[in-house]
Amino acid sequence: MTNENNSVTTKKVPSIYPAKTKIQVTVIFFVVLGIYLFSMTWTQQQMVGGFSGAFQNVFQVIEKFFPPNTAVISAIWGPMVETIQMAIIATTVAAILTVPLALLAAQNVTTFKPLYYITRTFLNLLRTIPDLVLAVIFVGLFGIGLFPGILALIIFSLGILAKLISETIESVDMNPLEAMRASGGNVLQVIWYALIPQVLPQFTSLVLYVFEINIRASVVLGLVGAGGIGLILNQQLGFYNYPNAMMIIILIFVVVIVIEYISTKIREALL
Amino acid sequence: MIEFKDVGLVYPNGTEGLKKINVTINDGEFVVIVGLSGAGKSTFIRSINRLVTPTSGSLLVDNEDILKYRGSDMRKLRTKTGMIFQNYNLVKRSNVLKNVLAGRLGHTSTLRSIFNLHKKEDVGLAYESLQRVNIAEKIYNRADELSGGQQQRVSIARVLTQQPKYILADEPVASLDPPTSHQVMTYLKKINKEDNITTIVNLHFIDMAMEYADRIIGMRAGEVVFDGPVSEVSESTFEEIYGRSIREDDLRGGADES
Ligand SMILES: Nc1ncnc2c1ncn2[C@@H]1O[C@H](COP(=O)(O)OP(=O)(O)OP(=O)(O)O)[C@@H](O)[C@H]1O
Ligand SMILES: [Mg+2]
Repeated sequence: MTNENNSVTTKKVPSIYPAKTKIQVTVIFFVVLGIYLFSMTWTQQQMVGGFSGAFQNVFQVIEKFFPPNTAVISAIWGPMVETIQMAIIATTVAAILTVPLALLAAQNVTTFKPLYYITRTFLNLLRTIPDLVLAVIFVGLFGIGLFPGILALIIFSLGILAKLISETIESVDMNPLEAMRASGGNVLQVIWYALIPQVLPQFTSLVLYVFEINIRASVVLGLVGAGGIGLILNQQLGFYNYPNAMMIIILIFVVVIVIEYISTKIREALL
Repeated sequence: MIEFKDVGLVYPNGTEGLKKINVTINDGEFVVIVGLSGAGKSTFIRSINRLVTPTSGSLLVDNEDILKYRGSDMRKLRTKTGMIFQNYNLVKRSNVLKNVLAGRLGHTSTLRSIFNLHKKEDVGLAYESLQRVNIAEKIYNRADELSGGQQQRVSIARVLTQQPKYILADEPVASLDPPTSHQVMTYLKKINKEDNITTIVNLHFIDMAMEYADRIIGMRAGEVVFDGPVSEVSESTFEEIYGRSIREDDLRGGADES
């Protein structure tokens, strides 16, 4: 109705969206709003004491976390190092495996189409499986410990790395490759002399970036039994030993910040 | 010696790049190929080192039909034909020495080249080549720190290091200013004379073709429409090759400046 009024008073300016779309969007908006309102009141009813009660609960729990128990540092340092090692090993293995996969998944290097499509599809499949799911599966297969965690991280980071690096390879300047081919270089020599120098900085930067992701991911994987500091954190939370858990969280926080800082600095220097 | 015998090339999309080409290029010649854009100059030159493969006829290099070559034969062929490109085609992030050493790839085993185990003679040769084109002082500079003319000299040094029997140059001066163009052409001519390397150069510019060539081959629409020594070439020859009258932009100029 207001629409009609507008079009009478102002000059005939067509609306960006047709009237039908406007109505649809409005209906959807109110439906969504309705769902939110309903779920809010419903949650309220479920929570004893409503929202104020919930917040009170939060404060009570937070209070239990303080002060963190500094005495456990020496005991949790070992698992923390394990977590870092897990990330380092997984990133290194993934970085090595990435090289052939990224080359096969780059259209400008792998001119044999079927091979290119098979590799692409394989990498896409890898990336559809969340790292947590991988960890749960591997923990089920190999039992609790570092090994399933490392395996999950390798597959997870391989999916990301190979994809990103194959795209870097596809964007290189092909002219030097042609020059080396024309001077009698074979496929390996051409890749080594003309391609690698062009992608190496990006490669190193991406590997460091994935390493940062892996540090954080390996903590989370620990929660589902894949070893390292995450496993310990999960145990302490299970025992309701909140001061210990707090200390672990603080340690993880510091380590992640330090590693990310160093890695960012290196990456800045590279590019 | 390079012999084109009824060589034809049809690109996968149906374009006829070369039509029944019959040309013989003798050892030590400095041949310039002229023709309008799309005439087939690049196709002609790139057939010789098999960057493109003619679809009919036979193409003999040193009395062997290179159209039958595969694998290791191809590597041998490319090792004895050096190539110079319009865009220099250097690895921009690598230094000058490394770029020049890449000229030895055809002579070097895969293992050696991957572990950077260059022979002493090869490094010496690379340095000597850089000296010959007066750019030895830039040996450790990254290639992208050099001007266009300097990069093209490095690419000439790369070809020299390859010690080829033939040099193919596809529009080597198209991206350079007139004085630098003459400098580059002068180096190519000098190498042709001193090392007796057969040299085939694609050029757009009539005046440069006249100044540096021993022999001119004119191409139009995939065919050779003129072939003869420079002494037989006049302005009307070019008008025939180009199928139109000569214009200002067919000339590079600047011959006296360098
Ligand atoms: N890869 C290709 N696929 C299909 N057609 C091509 C290909 N390369 C060249 N051609 C065609 O073949 C013909 C000859 O091309 P060529 O590159 O040899 O000409 P040119 O004389 O070198 O031109 P320019 O002076 O512009 O470099 C042109 O019509 C061109 O469009
Ligand atoms: Mg061309």
